[in-house]
Amino acid sequence: MEQKEVLKFDAIVVGAGPSGVASAIVAARGGAKVLLIERSSFAGEKNMFGGAVFLSALKELLPNTWQSAPFERYILKHSWALLSDKTSCEVSYQSFDEPKSASVYRSKFDSWLVEEAKKEGVYFAPSTLVKSLISKNGHVVGVKTELEEIYANVVVLADGVNSILARDLGLRKEYEPKDMVLSVKETRKLPKSLIEQRFNLKENSKEGAAKNFLGGLAKENPPFGLGFLYTFEDTISIGLGVNLEDLNRFGYNPSDLLENLKKHPSVSAYLEGSELLEYSAHLIYEGGYKKLPKLCANGVLIVGDAAGFVNAVHFEGTNFAIISGMLAGETVLSAISAKDFSKKTLSIYKKKLNNSFILKDLKSYKNVMDNLYSRTNSLMNYYPKKAGEFFKIFTGASCKPKRGEFREFIKSFFSQRSLGEFFKDIWAFLSAIIGVLK
Amino acid sequence: MTQRDDNSIENKLTSIKYNCSKNTHLRVNQEMCRNCQKRPCCYICPAKVYSWDDTQSKLNVEYENCLECGACKVVCPFKSIDWEYPNASCGVILKNS
Repeated sequence: MEQKEVLKFDAIVVGAGPSGVASAIVAARGGAKVLLIERSSFAGEKNMFGGAVFLSALKELLPNTWQSAPFERYILKHSWALLSDKTSCEVSYQSFDEPKSASVYRSKFDSWLVEEAKKEGVYFAPSTLVKSLISKNGHVVGVKTELEEIYANVVVLADGVNSILARDLGLRKEYEPKDMVLSVKETRKLPKSLIEQRFNLKENSKEGAAKNFLGGLAKENPPFGLGFLYTFEDTISIGLGVNLEDLNRFGYNPSDLLENLKKHPSVSAYLEGSELLEYSAHLIYEGGYKKLPKLCANGVLIVGDAAGFVNAVHFEGTNFAIISGMLAGETVLSAISAKDFSKKTLSIYKKKLNNSFILKDLKSYKNVMDNLYSRTNSLMNYYPKKAGEFFKIFTGASCKPKRGEFREFIKSFFSQRSLGEFFKDIWAFLSAIIGVLK
Repeated sequence: MTQRDDNSIENKLTSIKYNCSKNTHLRVNQEMCRNCQKRPCCYICPAKVYSWDDTQSKLNVEYENCLECGACKVVCPFKSIDWEYPNASCGVILKNS
């Protein structure tokens, strides 16, 4: 029988998002022969996110070329608004220093990352779907695509939040709705000059803004969710992430909730005259530290979204992806030097993650989402409304004695809800903060 | 209502390009779906891929519109949805997201 030529690499990376590309680049830089596989015809074709990539991680990965990334706008202005039916109470922050994040389209950004990876010697295989992993004696030794089998000493799973490969290998359990957020987004066209006017950005500049919205989704049964808006050169993205269990429980469709947000007067003002360019959806895993998957097994590592590396409070995902990918790349190189690709050697990856901000942050934030989620109605409905009521008195000049108005306002805290609710809020918020700081 | 103001999912989907696969990547167990009381897939899906056909007592799956988010398989109470990626290069094409 004719001997078939066996395709063999030091490492195969499945998925050409930021985590996959980062692991491929670091491994290739260290001399490994790396194949980067992507199911789409170009990197980023399937990807969506709120809109901005964090620059610190990108600089670590590509210290010399990061500036050539296809950045749309540098996010210098941030705001967080509490929305009630007819009010918006907003806190904003502006940086006059170096930008920390920039809006990008994933189709362009991920493709650019892959070009950088190719320069480092990474072999890129687009339009290739990995159907399963090949295991031999309890050891992953390669991947099976629609067309062929390809072998490697290590396979890095960077196949995103829905990682079928990690599930099939038993690295993670099936997701539960309460740990998931479903995000929907619209990219909307708006003239560059109008964007700069509306968001108070310098004319013809690369300055950008990001806005977050709490509340304003539904008057009754508010779901746990957060709205977001990012500016691009001549588009804006408006979207929403909602807890999947709440959608399930209350019977909501995420697009309908997004429409409610878009109709809020403080949001619609930004959207006026804009036209829908692209609609998209994506899942986010927020199970966090308590439900991390097994991060390595014999011949396999898991990175980025596939590993559940997300800090929802700070909208961090791409930085976790890039840094976890880099640590996986380093681990591949250590394993090559040791000529051992067993779980024992690959568990260096876990040590590296433990020493990095990734697992440190996930650990200190492990109860935050649970704490906040337990107070959904307070966060999404009650306090946005109360903030509106307070400022209505403060700014309203109603020609009534202020003492009476403020007393009524304070009294309403005790009369509208049971005092127990108030203490539960305090307890949940303090627990969240103490959890992070202790 | 002008097309521009139409905020239905059907209209939103017209903004997206797809490379349609001939084969579905979403397989459901119709027997389980018949017994499902809630059918959350029918209201949660951001692309309205799933709809219940009362006359035929069958779940319609318009897989061609799938945005590949994966929410349906997570909420399905019977774990009746066999969710795979579409074939290589097939499915949704996002250019501005």
